Amino acid sequence: MILLFIVFCPILAALAILIGAPARRTALWAAILTLAATTLVYFGGFEAGQRGFQLVSSWPISADWRINFTLGLDGLSLMMLVLTAIVTLAAICFTGEIKQHEHAFYACLLFIAGGAMGAFASLDLFFFYAFHELALIPTFLLIGIWGTGNRQVAAWKITIYLGTGSFVLLLGLIMLYRSVPEAARSFDFRALQKAASTIPAEAQGNIFLLLLLGFGILVSLFPFHTWAPEAYASAPPPAAMLHAGVLKKFGLYGLLRLALPLLPEGAQQWSTLLIVLLLGNIIYVGLVTIAQKRLDWMLGYSSVMHMGYIFLGIASGTLLGTNGAALLIFAHGISIALLFGLAGEIRQRTGTLVLTDLGGLGKAMPRAALAFGLAAFAAIGLPGFANFTGEVMVLFGTFRNGANPERFTIYQIATVLALWGVVISAVYMLRAYRRVFMGALRESWSGLADLNGNLRVPIGILIAASLWFGFFPQSFVRIVSPAFKSYFVSK
Amino acid sequence: MSSALPWYILLLPFFASVAIVLFTKSHRGLSAAISVTAVLGSFAASCVVFASPNIRALELTWIDLRPVLYVPLGLVLDDLSKTMLLIVTGIGALIHIYSLGYMKDDSGKSRFFASLSFFMFSMLGIVLANNFVMMFIFWELVGVSSYLLIGHWFERDAAAEAAKKAFITNRIGDFGFLLGILMAWTATGTIVFQDMAQEVGRITDYPEYLTIAVLLIFCGAVGKSAQFPLHVWLPDAMEGPTPISALIHAATMVAAGVYMLARIGFLIQASPEALSVIAWIGTITAVMAALIATQQNDIKRILAYSTLSQLGYMVMAIGLASGEAAMFHLFTHAFFKALLFLGAGSIIVMLHHEQNIWKMGGLAGRLGITFLTFMVGTLALIGFPPFSGFFSKDAILAVAHEKNRAIFWLGLFTAFLTAFYMVRLVVVVFFGKARSEHARAGREAPWVMIAPLILLAIPAFASGFSFVAKIFLPLPGEHETGWLVPGLALTATVAGITLAVLLYRRRESDPVNLPLFRNGFYLNEIYGFFIKASQEALASLSAFIDRWILDAGLVRGPSRATWGFGSILRLLQVGNLQAYAFLFGLGIVGLIYFTLFR
Repeated sequence: MILLFIVFCPILAALAILIGAPARRTALWAAILTLAATTLVYFGGFEAGQRGFQLVSSWPISADWRINFTLGLDGLSLMMLVLTAIVTLAAICFTGEIKQHEHAFYACLLFIAGGAMGAFASLDLFFFYAFHELALIPTFLLIGIWGTGNRQVAAWKITIYLGTGSFVLLLGLIMLYRSVPEAARSFDFRALQKAASTIPAEAQGNIFLLLLLGFGILVSLFPFHTWAPEAYASAPPPAAMLHAGVLKKFGLYGLLRLALPLLPEGAQQWSTLLIVLLLGNIIYVGLVTIAQKRLDWMLGYSSVMHMGYIFLGIASGTLLGTNGAALLIFAHGISIALLFGLAGEIRQRTGTLVLTDLGGLGKAMPRAALAFGLAAFAAIGLPGFANFTGEVMVLFGTFRNGANPERFTIYQIATVLALWGVVISAVYMLRAYRRVFMGALRESWSGLADLNGNLRVPIGILIAASLWFGFFPQSFVRIVSPAFKSYFVSK
Repeated sequence: MSSALPWYILLLPFFASVAIVLFTKSHRGLSAAISVTAVLGSFAASCVVFASPNIRALELTWIDLRPVLYVPLGLVLDDLSKTMLLIVTGIGALIHIYSLGYMKDDSGKSRFFASLSFFMFSMLGIVLANNFVMMFIFWELVGVSSYLLIGHWFERDAAAEAAKKAFITNRIGDFGFLLGILMAWTATGTIVFQDMAQEVGRITDYPEYLTIAVLLIFCGAVGKSAQFPLHVWLPDAMEGPTPISALIHAATMVAAGVYMLARIGFLIQASPEALSVIAWIGTITAVMAALIATQQNDIKRILAYSTLSQLGYMVMAIGLASGEAAMFHLFTHAFFKALLFLGAGSIIVMLHHEQNIWKMGGLAGRLGITFLTFMVGTLALIGFPPFSGFFSKDAILAVAHEKNRAIFWLGLFTAFLTAFYMVRLVVVVFFGKARSEHARAGREAPWVMIAPLILLAIPAFASGFSFVAKIFLPLPGEHETGWLVPGLALTATVAGITLAVLLYRRRESDPVNLPLFRNGFYLNEIYGFFIKASQEALASLSAFIDRWILDAGLVRGPSRATWGFGSILRLLQVGNLQAYAFLFGLGIVGLIYFTLFR
């Protein structure tokens, strides 16, 4: 029941706001309640270390089509819920001033949050997909209506792109559904898992490819990534935070939840392709990031780049790597949300995010400089933050696959190149930080106000969460690893 | 017995740093007090640990995914780490106290002390780590604290650039380091040093693999200990406050590379090829940096290049398979180089942040104690008997004499250069006429800055005597070279002194001008060109492809087609985005319906 509350609290709050409840206050309370309920599950309701799903509750929707509305959690989905709850609260705090349609704005944010919660907590293919769509549409609206810059183009691009991605994904899911024998067909994840072993290798390959492309487009897998930086640069900060931090992770979650466990042979067949593409994310997009001249575009590209490491964990084919991928999903969600939120605060004050126009803001906005510095170092994988731990696990996991002192395989080569990406990310992030916050303060920026003191709370929560799992990764591994152990027995 | 005490050494500075950031940022005096108290506590705990032969620390779990990966958080407490603890906390404590004077009126004093404490935490972590992953964690944290402290005066462009350069250069080294760790881990199945030493046979069966792994790990040391070709960040790092230069960029952090190599001696000594590469990198760094130092005019830069050169000696010793000699020199160098930097700091402060030695002159009379202690440091550095540097440098040269004559002669040449550039500095700064207004008005620094100088001068003088040094660390064995090596070394030193005195006595400006040395062999310019030609060019090219081919060609094409489609839809009078989004959702629902249920 508590899951039902977590999923529908934001959605009902959104409806209430649309009817006329005070927008900001309702949204804030909904976010706080959702976070509280999620925390309750994390500390109380969920038992770490157990295999299988917990807190399962199910409501039949259609007996003919065997669709049930089933909610449940394992460690992976629990951490996705925690991430969603934290980022949602932060996003609502970072809204700044809304000039038009305030009610619709907050309703959109809450729909994204509720949709993401629903997708991560659903154990039913139908709702898994439908909740994601529910979250996607308000994202387009947020960019198209409340965006800045070239918002129409950006909104169109992301709509077409993610629409295509969803469509490909849908085809894959339908094929998946149909590939099991008639009698065993089900939308239920657990039933699917049982029936999956009957899917022949060839069908696995085809379905996996569709899922990879569908989910991949949603996560800006190279070369399907050009929607992301433009959309994030145009989006209002809370929309960018929620999409880059949470909703985009739906694709990665889907790969970990469906594609890997149900289609292990398919994953094997396409691992080389995936590795080549993800290296495009890390190296090629990394270089593109270096060349960016605006902070928001730089952050957008950096987020695309970091998806490469999560894909690497997925491609690693080891328990260690997948655990690392899960941790990175969480860690990246937090750091990128904070970065986008802070960039939004800066833009609100300066009206520009062109790097050469800024400079010396550390003097005028010391709080922002500290918070941005922490988030930036988290993003480039500084030890202490969860990002580092995730990257280490991904790199160790990948390097170990097929390791042989006589020669390197594609896994070792991918690790080497991915490691070089760590250098690349230091280059662009420190460069941007130096341009924005260090150096002499320009006269025109000398009167800038620092961050509002109230933002200390969401920033504190984000940083604390990242530090906690960075310092004590075992507390994450303990929760998440049972979700993967069933299909990585030996590696 | 397992004890929590060693953890306090590590965690006291950490808590100090956190407390300052969270609570006392606006109380600058309190922040400084917290930081100093923490380091004194660490020092006291280190002394206790040093005196307890059988002490063991509690071990915690960081990641446990056995049998694949097990990363403990454990502390290694052997002679090597215990001595390093004393060096780091002892010199660290003195420099904290000195900073009370040096940073007295700085508006970022709280930030400074928070970063300083954070540095102590990370450096002690490197010293105490019992496995590669943990060492790498603190290795990176040391990098970030160095970044923060070099960039302390971040509003200065030079400091901002130097901080960035230091971090990125170190990351390049760490790229190799982590890769080397991965290779060692996959071959031996463990990352804990002790277990790895037992499993080392599993990797020595593959000599080429081992050599590559060792050289990659060595890359980490090349970055952190500023060896050629990644040395370029260290001279620029002098943009940080001088106590930082003394602590981080002379005595402790830059020695971490040498310490790490000494810690994994079992691994590197199994690969003769890797050893010889390491020895030569050290030698090249020693000679090159000494040559550059002869032509610098900034007092801190001279000392920085001198640090590079001395680190070169240590790495040379590692490459000659004598970890003891390397650690011996690390031990003495930490004292005399910290002393020299702090002395330079007291000169700089009293001369209103003048760092050009040609604007100084005649300071011997006015800054008496600074002068005397600086002379102790100088004599130790140039290896004048019986000052400490004489013994430790002699130990390295003796090993070189035994194992590799070419390296020995280059080491001797470096000793000559060392004497030359240091005496040049002393003659120009302390003797002759004062060459600027500030130099005429200079007075001795306050006692919080002078007292650490005196306290450091004692070990800078005495730490080389074997009866002192052997309390702290195992000394390299006696070599059968008799008086030959020390005799030659002394000759080289005296020659360097004589030449410098003759050339620089009573000069108003530098009579020698060698642009090649003055500009550091133009390596910064060469690297700059190389980066522009490779990374920058690639980045611009990728950005171009992304914008005009991937995006414009592949994406905007179809999207324009959709626009066309959209204008048809507009006939239905739904021109706005909300309607499209709605239609889009409707379409998906329709699709599900038709594919599944029809």
